[in-house]
Amino acid sequence: MKILGLLSLLATHLSANSVNIEENAGQFFSSGHTNNWAVLVCTSRFWFNYRHVANTLSVYRSVKRLGIPDSHIVLMLADDMACNHRNPKPATVFSHKNMELNVYGDDVEVDYRGYEVTVENFLRVLTGRLPPSTPRSKRLLSDDRSNILIYLTGHGGNGFLKFQDSEEISNVELADAFQQMWQKRRYNELLFIIDTCQGASMYERFYSPNLMALASSQVGEDSLSHQPDLAIGVHLMDRYTFYLLEFLEDIHPASKSNMNDLFKVCPKSQCVSTPGHRTDLFLRDPGSALITDFFGSVRKVEITMETVNLTDPIEQVEQNFVNEDLQKESYSYVDQLPVSEIIHQGLQLVNNNPGLSHPHLSFTGQSVCCRPSSISSI
Amino acid sequence: MGLLSDPNRRRALIGLLTRLNAPIWGMPVDWLVKTMQSRGLEVFTQRFSRRLPFPDEDKERYMVKGTNVYGILRAPRAPRTEALVLSAPCTAGDHNNQAVGLLLGLAQYFRNQVYWAKDIIFLVNEHDLIGMQAWLEGYHHTNTTGMDWSPLQGRGGSIQAALSLELSSDVVTSLDLVLEGLNGQLPNLDLANLFYAFCQKIGVLCTTQGKLQRNDWDSVSGYSHAVQTMMLMAMKQASGRPWGDHGLFLRYHIEAATIKGINSFRQYKTDATTVGRLLEGMYRKLNNLLERLHQSYFFYLMSSLSHFVSIGYYMPAFGLLGVILLLRALDLWVQLASPPPRTEDGVVDADPGVLSVLTPLVISHLTGAALYTLPIHFQEMAVEHFPVSETEAVVLTAIAVYTAGLALPHNTNRLLTGQGTEQGWKVLKLVAVLYLAVLLGCTALINFSLGFILALTLVPVAAFVTPNVPKVLSAFVLVVLSPACTLLFSVFFFQELQEMPVSFLDGWMLYLSVISQGILDHALYGSLVYPLVALLVYPCWLLFWNILFWK
Repeated sequence: MKILGLLSLLATHLSANSVNIEENAGQFFSSGHTNNWAVLVCTSRFWFNYRHVANTLSVYRSVKRLGIPDSHIVLMLADDMACNHRNPKPATVFSHKNMELNVYGDDVEVDYRGYEVTVENFLRVLTGRLPPSTPRSKRLLSDDRSNILIYLTGHGGNGFLKFQDSEEISNVELADAFQQMWQKRRYNELLFIIDTCQGASMYERFYSPNLMALASSQVGEDSLSHQPDLAIGVHLMDRYTFYLLEFLEDIHPASKSNMNDLFKVCPKSQCVSTPGHRTDLFLRDPGSALITDFFGSVRKVEITMETVNLTDPIEQVEQNFVNEDLQKESYSYVDQLPVSEIIHQGLQLVNNNPGLSHPHLSFTGQSVCCRPSSISSI
Repeated sequence: MGLLSDPNRRRALIGLLTRLNAPIWGMPVDWLVKTMQSRGLEVFTQRFSRRLPFPDEDKERYMVKGTNVYGILRAPRAPRTEALVLSAPCTAGDHNNQAVGLLLGLAQYFRNQVYWAKDIIFLVNEHDLIGMQAWLEGYHHTNTTGMDWSPLQGRGGSIQAALSLELSSDVVTSLDLVLEGLNGQLPNLDLANLFYAFCQKIGVLCTTQGKLQRNDWDSVSGYSHAVQTMMLMAMKQASGRPWGDHGLFLRYHIEAATIKGINSFRQYKTDATTVGRLLEGMYRKLNNLLERLHQSYFFYLMSSLSHFVSIGYYMPAFGLLGVILLLRALDLWVQLASPPPRTEDGVVDADPGVLSVLTPLVISHLTGAALYTLPIHFQEMAVEHFPVSETEAVVLTAIAVYTAGLALPHNTNRLLTGQGTEQGWKVLKLVAVLYLAVLLGCTALINFSLGFILALTLVPVAAFVTPNVPKVLSAFVLVVLSPACTLLFSVFFFQELQEMPVSFLDGWMLYLSVISQGILDHALYGSLVYPLVALLVYPCWLLFWNILFWK
């Protein structure tokens, strides 16, 4: 009797599990990406811009901790703070005062350093137009199933970001670079985070699908730094990234926090500036996008003893010799980049904004092969 | 010459002169070298000697010899391209006996830190400004003043900033910042702001011109206090002499200032450790700099450590004075251009015009040249004939030549045939007024306070003087507003502003020492005040004197 009861329990349990597994199997492939990349850029030189390097290194640290390997991270630091002559604690970069957290660690791998961090190199990394001699560690070898995290920090203004105190990248250039990436199918979804003054101006011009953007301050506001360390003598981090780091420290590879939690990081009371975000180009609901979809490289593995039917069994096609007139189906080329269908909704939202004059309407399906520069030249 | 033959007064005069007094026991060179080496610095010495234009009263000798000692703290990880300097002049007596101690203490502390990106040079110079001049010339491989020095064996990179310390007691009640340098040059205002910021951070009382800052800017007394501070700075700048060892760095485009410790009768005293912390903070800030200080003003007048007047505000005031001269010149030009009614006499008048203008010009400038060269060259002859020392001989010769120039118009008139013409004095005045305008303009650009003070006294004179005004009154006004009397009044006014008013006798002696100071500064460091006044301003004034006595 007991054995019967146990067996029946087991049977119901297994059947219930199989139902769950069927559901989970559906969830397995909801995000659509198979690999993760990260491009982390610090654009400022000089000792007093210590905090920008610390910002970038703290995001690097989180991203590595959550699983993205160095081979999938392109880290660009415009200056070397750890070995700067003025650093009283050589070989360290701290993010918390009183030396609580050293984000430099033991195994930082910087791909672009010093004077190699230029606008041209950054755009070439994004679009993949690098000379053949470029080593693999300096390339963004993403494909159409990659989720990419792009993090920029430095000094910026309304519509531009300053590189190395000598040149700038504008928001239009950035939007066009992302469009190139979309056309070359170099990303599945892209999360763009920027921590500079007036950072929201940098994502105003985006027009490619599957982009989500966060910025630390609105147009007309300055992003402020967090706290100085009296022994080192400089400000260690910017506020937005500091609270972002604290938020990410609570994330582990299995956590289910989603993007809506990320939007709540650093409210105005903590940040003094108003962080902003943009999700209209993102096709999924941000609530369904997990943090680890972008910040981590989570392998979806679940151990099961059940067999799960994922596809219908293959049916044999019977050869039909009776009818000589074979029905010839007319074939037509599938639209290579069905952009117009995808962003049809996005188009409406974007066109309602009087500030943007970008002519997106050229995507009618025939002229998708023209280069982005010709679109933006109007 | 009874005034100066009193030994007590002579000794006071010596003390007021440049700090040439050689220490009786000399500077402890060997001890300094040993101490600096034990603190881990690279130590070098430099010998120098200098022949003075007129001898030092104390030793009755013309030669000054000395040794500078300096130690270089090398930055642990940086390339040796930039350097900072901390200097303390070493003199006998109580004048600066604590500064060297503080310097050595700081050297030891700095040596233990790893965050230096620039070399730090700790310099102890002998004979104050002369030693500093020798060191700077040796460091930059220039020789502008004819000094004799041994080349420097050790060197840092290019010097970014320098601070000079003067500390006479081990506790201080306040710290005074001295900014005025050679020829009225000032360091970048950021250096003053840096000092003030650290004073506030550490909680030390800080002053400029020895005057405390007041908080009541709106009241009359607060405003007059600020004006007094600013006038003190203007007078110090106009004198053209470096008011601290830092003054000589400025001509090499090195931002430098002097910090003096003052021990007055106040309850709250600050000890040397706190002063050391302040200096350490300043040096760390200077260390973190990536480029030379250039963001703030180079031309300013400070009414307190937190308020200043920049060149954009004070230059228009000078410009308005210059406009007076230009308007007068325009008026004369128009008068000269309209021909007189009689044509024949006009033709006759025009001919001696050039000669009548040229003669006073040449004679005035020759007098100026005499004022510049005679005092030093004839000091021996003067000593033979009069019971005075060489220094006194120089000063009194200068005054004598100056007064002799007042007899000029009579000489000039004798050279010319008969009396001067109406046309002649107008041409001369036109030339003189334009000459004065250009002279004052150029002076104000280089040393604003000097240009402005000269303009205040000379422009009214230049504008109103003609042969037709009442002679005796105008002559009196002209003499009272001449450069020499302006200097005399300035001396009394300066003492008044510093709240140490002097009696007439003391003031006169101070005046004589100021004149000898000016001549000495020119010979030793290349100060331009004495040649400017002797060769250019005085002849210009003589031209106006000539115009007054034209008929």
